[in-house]
Amino acid sequence: MSVFGEVPQAAPVAVFKLSQDFNNDQCPDKVNLGVGAYRTDEGQPWILPVVKKVEKIIVQDEKLNHEYLPILGLPEFRSAASKIALGDDSPAIQENRVGAVQCLGGTGALKMGAEFLRRFYNGNNNTKTPVYVSAPTWENHNAVFANAGFEDVRPYKYWDAEKRGLDLAGFLGDLESCPQHSIFVLHACAHNPTGTDPTQEQWKQIAEVMMCRLKQNIVFLSGFRSGSLEKDAWAVRYFVSMGFEMFCAQSFSKNFGLYNERVGNLTIVARDVDNLKRVLSQMEKIVRTTWSNPPSQGARIVAATLNSPELFAEWKDNVKTMADRVLLMRAQLKAKLQALGTPGTWDHITEQIGMFSFTGLNPKQVEYMVKEKHIYLMASGRINMCGLTSKNINYVAESIHDTVTMVQ
Amino acid sequence: MALLKSNKVLYCLGNISPSLGVLSSRHSSWWGGVQMGPPDPILGVTEAFKKDTNPKKMNLGVGAYRDDQGKPFVLSCVRKAEALIAAKQVDKEYLPIGGLGEFNKACAQLAFGADNEVLKSGRNITVQTISGTGSLRIGANFLSRFHGGPRDVYLPKPSWGNHTPIFRDAGMQLKSYRYYDPSTCGFDFKGALDDISKIPEKSVILLHACAHNPTGVDPRPEQWKEIAEIVKQRQLLVFFDMAYQGFASGDIDRDAWAVRYFLEQGHNILLSQSFAKNMGLYGERVGGFTVVCNDAEEAKRVESQLKILIRPIYSNPPMNGARIAATILNTPELHSVWLEEVHGMANRIIKMREQLVAGLKKEGSSHNWNHVIDQIGMFCFTGLKPEQVERLSKEFSVYMTKDGRISMAGVTSGNVAYLAEGIHAVTK
Repeated sequence: MSVFGEVPQAAPVAVFKLSQDFNNDQCPDKVNLGVGAYRTDEGQPWILPVVKKVEKIIVQDEKLNHEYLPILGLPEFRSAASKIALGDDSPAIQENRVGAVQCLGGTGALKMGAEFLRRFYNGNNNTKTPVYVSAPTWENHNAVFANAGFEDVRPYKYWDAEKRGLDLAGFLGDLESCPQHSIFVLHACAHNPTGTDPTQEQWKQIAEVMMCRLKQNIVFLSGFRSGSLEKDAWAVRYFVSMGFEMFCAQSFSKNFGLYNERVGNLTIVARDVDNLKRVLSQMEKIVRTTWSNPPSQGARIVAATLNSPELFAEWKDNVKTMADRVLLMRAQLKAKLQALGTPGTWDHITEQIGMFSFTGLNPKQVEYMVKEKHIYLMASGRINMCGLTSKNINYVAESIHDTVTMVQ
Repeated sequence: MALLKSNKVLYCLGNISPSLGVLSSRHSSWWGGVQMGPPDPILGVTEAFKKDTNPKKMNLGVGAYRDDQGKPFVLSCVRKAEALIAAKQVDKEYLPIGGLGEFNKACAQLAFGADNEVLKSGRNITVQTISGTGSLRIGANFLSRFHGGPRDVYLPKPSWGNHTPIFRDAGMQLKSYRYYDPSTCGFDFKGALDDISKIPEKSVILLHACAHNPTGVDPRPEQWKEIAEIVKQRQLLVFFDMAYQGFASGDIDRDAWAVRYFLEQGHNILLSQSFAKNMGLYGERVGGFTVVCNDAEEAKRVESQLKILIRPIYSNPPMNGARIAATILNTPELHSVWLEEVHGMANRIIKMREQLVAGLKKEGSSHNWNHVIDQIGMFCFTGLKPEQVERLSKEFSVYMTKDGRISMAGVTSGNVAYLAEGIHAVTK
């Protein structure tokens, strides 16, 4: 008789199952448009040259050891990470009301923010506070907040499937009508999975409605689309300038290619230094019972890079390389679909931003792509542009064309 | 977000001038009601130590190994492994949720012995975790969600300070069984058996596999046998915490004896392992969590659920430390170098224990300090009372946790005499 005799088999996490199926597929033409990781034009993972350089420096530095980091993480990492989100000249930073917690990737940062909110926001330990995530959103958002104890995780309107763009009216409507004290999770840029971001004017409207209502927001920033740090962080900086207190969960998985080193940062913007201090002290308690202190390798790499003018410039260049390739693939995919006369409009391919594109393919069409064409993409129709290369883009374009014409 | 603390009034701001922002000094913070958290008792010791300007100061707080110069020690097998890894130029793609496969396998082998029946039958699931803390947390979360028995986890009294909040945050409740006998500074065997025999059936009992933290007091093999028997009678679910394999006696297999004995006796255990101390990989956060199941099929089901637990916390674990550990464990030359270095670290600790006792005798102390030598591992429960601990920090700049626990790793041949002097001064 086992203690765990009743443990049911859990469904696999979709995005990883997709990769697994792709790996098992024997078809030579197969294409993986699933997991959000950058690929070169040869379809290979890419270690950023600046990362290789810094890693060498670290390995050869005899003065470095493997001692525990402080609970909240490597100080020079935390401050540098917050700075690129908020800007060097951020008044909030100058006013000493910005703090940070080094976390395990963007997921870890969201987790810490969620745990804190559940304990301290809207009365202590309030699990009934509605948490709004965009419809659709990164699928793990739901689980992060639910696991932190929030019982009511709901969607806010975001993606307009018909016009393949932002449903601003719906979004604003949900903001106007949501219960008091609701928490809103916003994607700062390069919305996952749709790639559709509000324009600056639209962000202003969103902020205005938020200011008229009582709510907290958490902003998830991933920093990799236009290739311009300032442009990508515009929404976050705007909200800060409007006086919002916020949490900003940052990931360095994509923009540094440090996926498996789990480098993330939760930036906290508080009203003043006293509030910040107390918040950080409570964050330490949460960290201590989850992972005690964060892993040092990735944070060291990012800190060294961001804090050296030379390496920082080189990094921005590496990021631009990645962003440019993605933009090229977008342009070419759209051009090919238009040249093929594929039914529907395909402007969204180039209008959308970041690594992902919400193609608009429906589940039946997705299934057809996977089974008949051996092209792996998420059931939502999300594709990772990085999975496209000069070698496979024709095949993918033709396959989309076939699929859209054959399957409704 | 602008609002009054009472949350009773809505402020609608209409046209906003960006240059002014919307902040008014009257508007308070979302976090106005958040209290200052108390400092972590263990890490707080280091903070106090850092502020002290006395050149003779000693930090006997955190359990991190130091060499005889009082410096952090990077194992040579670690440096060698790092060089091997750097030469290979592996990519940085996400690990699976359960972590690096070759690490997980080696981790379980280290604990159970490579030829253990459990491994051969594939009825264990071992996942890579964020060191020992992360392992305990995943285990606690797993119990909270799937354990059909009572929600109580029984800890030895005392236990590592972080055990309680970890299990509590995961939704479990904490109870204790007698363990440390302050009158002997040793194991309260009778008290432990007595308490364990009364634990409600199917409850969870946490056992320190070796080098008990904070006391350094471990049961002897015959005592472990009796504990295993009574645990079986009560049908308790055993959760072993093994953070110091190799560090206790200097011998990897000897330190895992209790874990292996329990397996032999048919206990399907939960196990947390850490490589922070025995590989000096503290900040790389290397650990493992194992569930021993009835069979491979059950292990697969449990694995799927562990992934569901891990994903919303941190998605997948960090690569660097696990790769270093796997390289060491799986490369024969590095593996033997490692065994030697662990042995060396344990030996230095044992030597410091002997020198401390000798020093106390020399100072003329009339107390019985044998427990300093009898206790095992990095920590020593000196038996000092809080007032004495306080005096040691104020008068001698010797820092330890309030419970009188010292990390022997902070003791060197250069400062052991001073430590003896201080301890004697506050206890004579």
